[in-house]
Amino acid sequence: MPVESLYSRLEPLLPLVSKPIQYVGGELNAQVKDWDSCDVRWALMYPDAYEVGLPNQGVMILYEVLNELDGVLAERTYAVWPDLERLMREHRVPQFTVDAHRPVSAFDVLGVSFSTELGYTNLLLALDLAGIPLLAGERDASHPVVIAGGHAAFNPEPIADFVDAAVLGDGEQAVLEITAALRRWKSAGRPGGRVGLLERLAGVAGVYVPSFYDVDYLPDGRIRRVAPNRPGVPWRVSKSTVSDLDEWPYPKAPLVPLAETVHERMSVEIFRGCTRGCRFCQAGMITRPVRERSITGIGEIVARGLQATGYEEVGLLSLSSADHSEIASIAKGLADRYEGSATSLSLPSTRVDAFNVDLANELSRNGRRSGLTFAPEGGSERIRKVINKMVTEEDLIRTVTTAYEHGWRQVKLYFMCGLPTETDEDVLQIAELARRVIQAGREASGGGDIRCTVSIGAFVPKPHTPFQWAAQLGHEAVDARLARLREQIRSDRRYGRAIGFRYHDGPPSIVEGLLSRGDRRVGAVIRAVYEDGGRFDGWSEHFSFQRWMVAAERALAGQPVDVDWFTTRERDRTEVLPWDHLDSGLDKDWLWADWQDALAEVEVEDCRWNPCFDCGVCPQLGTSIQIGPTGRTLLPLVTVSTPGG
Amino acid sequence: MARVPEGPSPAPVVQRLRLRYAKRGRLRFASHRDFARAFERALRRAGVPVAHSAGFSPHPRVSYANAAPTGVASEAEYLELGLTERCDPEWVREALDAALPEGLDILTAVEAGSGALADALQASLWLVRLPGVRPETAEAGLRLLLAADAVEVSRMTKNGLRTFDARAAVHTATVVPVEALEALEALEALPVAAAGRGQPTTAPCAILQLVVRHATPAVRPDDVLDALRRVADLTPPAPPEVTRLAQGPLDEATGTVSDPLHEAGPILADDAIDP
Repeated sequence: MPVESLYSRLEPLLPLVSKPIQYVGGELNAQVKDWDSCDVRWALMYPDAYEVGLPNQGVMILYEVLNELDGVLAERTYAVWPDLERLMREHRVPQFTVDAHRPVSAFDVLGVSFSTELGYTNLLLALDLAGIPLLAGERDASHPVVIAGGHAAFNPEPIADFVDAAVLGDGEQAVLEITAALRRWKSAGRPGGRVGLLERLAGVAGVYVPSFYDVDYLPDGRIRRVAPNRPGVPWRVSKSTVSDLDEWPYPKAPLVPLAETVHERMSVEIFRGCTRGCRFCQAGMITRPVRERSITGIGEIVARGLQATGYEEVGLLSLSSADHSEIASIAKGLADRYEGSATSLSLPSTRVDAFNVDLANELSRNGRRSGLTFAPEGGSERIRKVINKMVTEEDLIRTVTTAYEHGWRQVKLYFMCGLPTETDEDVLQIAELARRVIQAGREASGGGDIRCTVSIGAFVPKPHTPFQWAAQLGHEAVDARLARLREQIRSDRRYGRAIGFRYHDGPPSIVEGLLSRGDRRVGAVIRAVYEDGGRFDGWSEHFSFQRWMVAAERALAGQPVDVDWFTTRERDRTEVLPWDHLDSGLDKDWLWADWQDALAEVEVEDCRWNPCFDCGVCPQLGTSIQIGPTGRTLLPLVTVSTPGG
Repeated sequence: MARVPEGPSPAPVVQRLRLRYAKRGRLRFASHRDFARAFERALRRAGVPVAHSAGFSPHPRVSYANAAPTGVASEAEYLELGLTERCDPEWVREALDAALPEGLDILTAVEAGSGALADALQASLWLVRLPGVRPETAEAGLRLLLAADAVEVSRMTKNGLRTFDARAAVHTATVVPVEALEALEALEALPVAAAGRGQPTTAPCAILQLVVRHATPAVRPDDVLDALRRVADLTPPAPPEVTRLAQGPLDEATGTVSDPLHEAGPILADDAIDP
């Protein structure tokens, strides 16, 4: 049955909203496939504003992977801002995709990618506007299957009531298998209805169907056990892992928006996974093992992507890009290739070492050297041992000195506040560090106009990390510590004016903590917040701590648990964690041992260059580290141009 | 010592082209900045040898003239482009048109003549659809507007709220018979009416044609509509749909706005209805 475009109903509303271009689609490389010649149709959502969602690599990759298939179409939808939401409700225009402006409710699947838990209220917003019941249990065979993915899906329990399924791990292979299962179910005449479909999906690797598991609680509020409530469902769901990144050369033709978005560049993921072992880092834990894309694969993606987009910037993405085994050849090869073409190269650099500065120099041969960013994360050497961020103060000073010597004028340093075992003293060390950085910079540059910006936010313990048992620091304590640090920096007469201070205050991180380590009981809080008007919680102008706390009090009344119980409480070894039945490959005993090492300030090395530490991922998933070097290099591109005339 | 970019300085401009382009359909919601980003990427994709400024952040040599406001469609936007190699203007037009999304269309490319492009853009011809407004009502309103010597309107600009006269800049303002427009649409030359197609055809819709001189501050179609509201209490029930049909030199006697890239000829006959 043909599905009509909603555009003619949406268009009269667009002159009345801000930045209407974000709702009209028509991006370069967007695809609109014929509805009736497809039998599996995906709506892919990034649950934030278009300007944040469009550049998301995960959505872009899945959009291409799905649209390449015959008989399958994928379109995109994003959270609409409150001005349009009001008009859509008034004029009864439902949630739409931007590609062909089809109603989201008409698709077979609504796939939502969560990079952060703060997108949960926007999921409810989209469901509500789409006319899809908020509760998965109230949906029937006519509604799309709502599937969550992304890093936050490694603990989907807080949204378990709202999603039909969650995909753990890499999405590329998983969406193909879900598509195949859906197609078989539809062509068989939809046996078993909606539950029949979910049963089939539960058989796909990496797919978790929350309604097939029951959670029992102890009288004190802790979880007694999580168990399947039907036969044929695994006790633990293991994540999906793609092994050879070169087999997935996406995105091939990245979307180029008309509207301004947060990242406008040709991004290529140069490797996936990280084994640096930073104990706070959920991404580094859940994406193991390290899988490198080859230098030639990277070169091809960049060349094709630049041609398809016209972007003037290339971003080499990964969790720690300087760690690619052939990063020096990649940087040099790309810099040579694009010399003189006004194409800039960037490397989100987080590691503190001088090699990184060499790379940055190579990438900015003919570009501006404005700022370099490093992330020591902890202010004192002691706390850096706790979090396993192996950087000494000497490393940092040596690194920034090199940077300033090569013409860089500003260094940005990222830190966290509220790390396990942290004291005021650890945080105040940051001021001392920044002072030494300025001092070194003034010496290296001969008294130039040197700046150092300290950027700091509150630490949130995350599932599937060694800190999953840790107590989160309360927001008052975080704010007090940050206030002391700011005072310390400001009172410095000699260096204070050269040091910038940026911080995120504590309250939003408590909500993030509640959503990160929450269980199914937190779903009622999310719903209450949404119904009270909560949306766009990642935006400070929309976020309301008060609203979350009031909603939590109401929704958790009568339960033995509250916000503090979920956030500032330390867990013990025997406690059943809400995500224990979801398997990231990491061995829980290894995580516990690493947590104990953290408390004892014992560091652990990187298994790429040292013996295996038995984190459990490789044997569990039947995978292994895949790194170079391949020894290959990038050859110059032969450009064929015919400017006519 | 401050760093300077290594390597040779950027290649000089050897040819200047002037382009006329259209912003149509849903892409009329693109702002001028949105268009500029899309255009500069299209230059790269199309392999047009555009010149760049010197320095660490080289910018392509493109000057945009008098862009239409966000939300307003246009058949007559102009820009000038500096190239480092001589190119066939028609090749550039085709290559850029192919590299831009549908709805951003390059209509003409010619080698730049003498005189600044901006100086030639003296006035604009606007077509304004007012869904829900009866043509007679609009007609009466325009009579009141044209009878006034001056009508003060206010608009928020980047320099704050400014109050200015919106009447003096209006050269002509008429209501176009619907049949005339339908005849135009039948040629499928003007995508302007596409927006209104979702609405029931029985609803009244007045169509205004305005010739407005370019002044400082700029008097835009919404300023003229604001003036109509003030003198005739005419408030359209739905957002107006505005299209710029032409901008260029103004013949004060006839009110004809001609194409600055074609020295002669009335615009509507020549370009807007390009079969």
